[in-house]
Amino acid sequence: MIRQWFKSGTPWIWLNAGAVSIALVAVFGLLLLIMVRGMSHFWPANVQAFHFANAEQSTTVIAEVVEEETLPASTVPNIQQTEGDITRYLVKTGNRDILGSDFKWIYDTDLQSRELPEEVMVLERIEWGNFYGYLTAVYENGEPVANAESLWVEFAQRLQRVSEIREQLLHLEKSEIGSINYKLEQLRLKQKRLELDNELTDSALQQIEQQRQALDGEYQALLKQTAELYQQINRDSIRARVMDGSEVTIPMEKIIKAWQPNKMTVLDKLVFYFGALSDFITEDPREANTEGGIFPAIFGTVMMVLLMSVMVTPLGVIAAVYLREYARQGVLVRTIRIAVNNLAGVPSIVYGVFGLGFFVYFLGGNLDQLFYREALPSPTFGTPGLLWSSLTLALLTLPVVIVSTEEGLSRIPRALREGSLALGATQLETLWRVVLPMASPAIMTGLILAIARAAGEVAPLMLVGVVKLAPSLPLDGNMPFLHLDRKFMHLGFHIYDVGFQSPNVEAARPLVYATAFLLVVVIVVLNLSAINLRNRLREKYRALDN
Amino acid sequence: MKQKLLQSQYNQRALKDRLTRYFVSLGGVSVIIAIMLIFFYLLSVVVPMFESADIEQQHQYAAPGNGKTLLLGMEEQGTMAVRFTDQGEAIFFDTATAEIRLQQKLPINSAISSIASNLDHIVLGLADGTALIVKYVFEVSYPDNQRTLTPTLEFPLGEQALLLDESAMPVEKIAFQITSDTVGLAGVTADKRLLFVRYSKETSFISEEVTIELDARVEQQFSTAISDIALKPDLEHLYAASADGILLDYQINQQGIELTPREISFEQPITQLKLLLGGNSLLVGLKNGEVQQWMQVRRDEGTELTFIRKFHEELISVENVETEQRRKGFAVSDQQGGITLYYSTSQRTLAHINTASTRISEMAWSARAEHLLAVDENDQLYFYHVDNEYPEVSWDVLWGKVWYEGYDEPDYIWQSSASTNEFEPKYSLVPLSFGTLKAAFYAMLFAVPVAILGAMFTAQFMAPKMRQTVKPSIEIMEALPTVILGFLAGLWLAPYVEAHLAGVFALLLLLPFAFILFAALWMLVPNKSVFEGWEAALLIPVVLLMIWLATNLSAPLEHLFFDGDMRKYMSNEWGLTYDQRNSLVVGLIMGFAVIPTIFSIAEDALFSVPQHLIRGSLALGASRWQTMLRVVIPAASPALFSAVMMGFGRAVGETMIVLMATGNTPLMDMSIFQGMRTLAANIAVEVPEAEVASTHYRILFLAALILFLFTFIFNTLAEVIRHRLRKRYSGL
Repeated sequence: MIRQWFKSGTPWIWLNAGAVSIALVAVFGLLLLIMVRGMSHFWPANVQAFHFANAEQSTTVIAEVVEEETLPASTVPNIQQTEGDITRYLVKTGNRDILGSDFKWIYDTDLQSRELPEEVMVLERIEWGNFYGYLTAVYENGEPVANAESLWVEFAQRLQRVSEIREQLLHLEKSEIGSINYKLEQLRLKQKRLELDNELTDSALQQIEQQRQALDGEYQALLKQTAELYQQINRDSIRARVMDGSEVTIPMEKIIKAWQPNKMTVLDKLVFYFGALSDFITEDPREANTEGGIFPAIFGTVMMVLLMSVMVTPLGVIAAVYLREYARQGVLVRTIRIAVNNLAGVPSIVYGVFGLGFFVYFLGGNLDQLFYREALPSPTFGTPGLLWSSLTLALLTLPVVIVSTEEGLSRIPRALREGSLALGATQLETLWRVVLPMASPAIMTGLILAIARAAGEVAPLMLVGVVKLAPSLPLDGNMPFLHLDRKFMHLGFHIYDVGFQSPNVEAARPLVYATAFLLVVVIVVLNLSAINLRNRLREKYRALDN
Repeated sequence: MKQKLLQSQYNQRALKDRLTRYFVSLGGVSVIIAIMLIFFYLLSVVVPMFESADIEQQHQYAAPGNGKTLLLGMEEQGTMAVRFTDQGEAIFFDTATAEIRLQQKLPINSAISSIASNLDHIVLGLADGTALIVKYVFEVSYPDNQRTLTPTLEFPLGEQALLLDESAMPVEKIAFQITSDTVGLAGVTADKRLLFVRYSKETSFISEEVTIELDARVEQQFSTAISDIALKPDLEHLYAASADGILLDYQINQQGIELTPREISFEQPITQLKLLLGGNSLLVGLKNGEVQQWMQVRRDEGTELTFIRKFHEELISVENVETEQRRKGFAVSDQQGGITLYYSTSQRTLAHINTASTRISEMAWSARAEHLLAVDENDQLYFYHVDNEYPEVSWDVLWGKVWYEGYDEPDYIWQSSASTNEFEPKYSLVPLSFGTLKAAFYAMLFAVPVAILGAMFTAQFMAPKMRQTVKPSIEIMEALPTVILGFLAGLWLAPYVEAHLAGVFALLLLLPFAFILFAALWMLVPNKSVFEGWEAALLIPVVLLMIWLATNLSAPLEHLFFDGDMRKYMSNEWGLTYDQRNSLVVGLIMGFAVIPTIFSIAEDALFSVPQHLIRGSLALGASRWQTMLRVVIPAASPALFSAVMMGFGRAVGETMIVLMATGNTPLMDMSIFQGMRTLAANIAVEVPEAEVASTHYRILFLAALILFLFTFIFNTLAEVIRHRLRKRYSGL
């Protein structure tokens, strides 16, 4: 019977089905993995106190459990037990400044007891990662304030004040002082330009000098203001007890957020969760990108993709319209069509190399020689930047748009075109009023696919403009607002950089997962909408055909 | 009136129409040209690398100043030079105008009987058996943004000559090397004694005064004349060439030199010995015009001077060999006034010029190797401009085995940069191409079965309802950014595989059996026809279960078969080393990345096999599987093949996954447990650091061009095959 069953081929069909299952498990497994790992990071997990006791002393470890695994005891080195299984926990102890590392393995066998202390608090700090401990006192100008009952409330209020001042400081330093520095630099370049053109007259020089002095004055005023704010922000501090019983003083200025996870209700935690999530999306990164948010990376990605779309859409549509509507159909056009199609399969790194050589060094270098001589030898456009990145990606995604648009054009029934021409419309009018509107969903599909591809592409960008940390966004309040020559941050590169080049990969890993999840969501949504659009388009013309 | 208006309106419309036609045509053509530009631009960057070098004479004049030229030296950019004369003078002059800038008497009391140079250090062997070390310096300053040179002479070991020969005979040949704490001097006296003297050197770090103390002194009497000597910079070997064609390789030891040299016999008289930059290679110039390169190569019993390669142009005796100061190139002058430029690594003869009437006795390179200064017997100076930017590249360097300095045998090596200046760049594209193909191979090993089998099921056996969701979800994988896949490969899959190695292999081997077993058990289920077409969904729990089993049974499996640790077992028993980021990880993740490419094309092709063929086959009594094997697959086979080619093309060009999931070491090793470096990853790593328009930069562009052409041709082939297929269907 078995032989017959094999002969019928049924098992092989099941084998084929298995291949599909593997692919499906892989797709959804990976998506789920990214989602769970990325999204669980923001949840304020309970903090446990682990008590150990051996012959000499008893110790306590306060930490969050990150991972739990059960292993055969024989595979674990440096442990007494050799038979049976052993459970161990990877715990996050934080306090990197005191303990030297964030993580620690704890073995179940050493454990005496564990509990959830109510009062334990977690601090998110500007430096050194999280802090775990107990709040013991709040200080103002070095003097202790508040009584024990309302200590936490007092601390929370003061923390609120500190974060408001920090906000002001950030605004002053980044926007106002940054803007003055930018203007000063422009003045210096203006002077140099005049010098190069031999037009630096005394009056011009005087004028520049005047402007410079005015700016210097503003700058001094701002400096004074920031100094005051710094004094204010440094007013408060707290004392906290860490797990080994010693106490440390932490200036409040170093604390970003504080919470007592074991006291929080599920609702509190949910509120906290979404707060943390939105901070992640809207804030700047800290500590070599391993903490804080990813706002500049999101912004950079969006800017680059927008610029790319602006460039790729008209070019792609014109090329497709030419190939389909104007060019004489023949061997040459067919060859070009296949060639364009295949360019989509050329590795993206090749486009990156081309972008670096042709756009950055050749075009950019010549632009600098012609228009930005005053800044030389430091390059303006002769260095990787936003413009070249979006141009390179526009080139990379051009085949996608051309192919998609052409497909849309080819689906438009002949009768419609001929009808329009028969009514006396010129070819342009037919194109503009009939053909392009009908092809617009196809164009949109192409554009969406192009955007999805561009948003996820990293290899070429590494050569033509992405950096791990850009000092300023490519769009700001200084003339001319959009700075095409600036380098920018990018979600994909952020993943590569933090995951592979950062000094503390272990601590940064959840953030990388979260970033990856964000990128995946953006791209999957874009792709789904493209697929959806295409299907709808097909339906529409199927109706027209009949 | 109305007619006129209509007419003008019509004209306007026609004009607009025509303008648009021109505009669109122009725009379309230029967009297409712009795309094609990629290829031509890459080509234009690569081509200069393969052009031959050029040397041309710029000036010729009688040597400025008096005396006969013994030795020449030149500054970095070749604007000023110095000649040391038999009158004991150093004369600095402009190379363009021959105008004398400085004329300085050297602090010596007897005649110069020999001279040798080592970059900007000169040693003078004197007639009273002593030697003086002189350094010429061109100090560069920029008053008024004008490059200005101030020539001076320095005496790094003091103005007092060092004693070389105790019996005070004239030193006829001399060689020297200075290291941080020793000075080695070798000489040949007029009465044919070979001398070696070593001084230890100490620099007081307060006054920077140098004190020198005798350390060793050895001599050996010869019966034949010695034509040249050379000292290795690390002071471990002394080479001497006798005029009858024997090369002697002395080992230097604590006491001096061992007096039993290794002898190498040449059939030809040896005319010159010179060390290439770095001193690892010895160039031996012969009477028959040949220059041979020899190197100390590690063998079982220490090192052995070994023949590497030879350079041979014309049968005119080698007169002089002058090595470049920053690369492994050299110039050879012959007895009839000709100069030939060679490069050692690439074994290339780069250029030849013959403008002098008599033999060229001395030459000097500028440090950038853009200028060459030569002097002939009649003290005529020749100043050449050399255009030789890419001597390191040849077909053999890129694709063949090359014997590099410091290696035991010729090999394929990619190593583009190192910290020292004396480094010999190694530009073999073979390890990178090998790595690229290796990564693609392992990816295909995983992807092809899953994608093709999956496509077969999805196209022919799957319920339409399920197909509607399955197809887009697999296709969406194609859009997943590869940086995310690479990150998962490097930070999640690699540690997972390392920890569950036995389990992963068990999973890969046992999954098919698990499917078949489940199918057999499924037979027992009643009323199963409801689930027909949903087999893939039923098998998902099986896959999950197997993964769970593999994870949890991995440690017991390793216990059972591999003494508890598979990695250790493999390296002990089979000699396989294990990298955490290896080909297995790359294969799995990159396979995952190419599955949608292959799946999508294959599924389309299998699905569009005309229904009447399938129904016909079924009607004739063939089973569904038989129909699949005998009708559907043959009909779609060209498309399946093109799907695999497309997938392969994608795997070859993939950058981020390989960059993140392997160690990026350019190894030539097929082992699944080792990493690799691919062309694409190599470009991503090295292009940002490569100096623009340097050889390295252009070779990386060549790598990009290779990738471009490879994928372009591959994809075009696949496309053509697919078109053929479509035509065949339309015939059916």
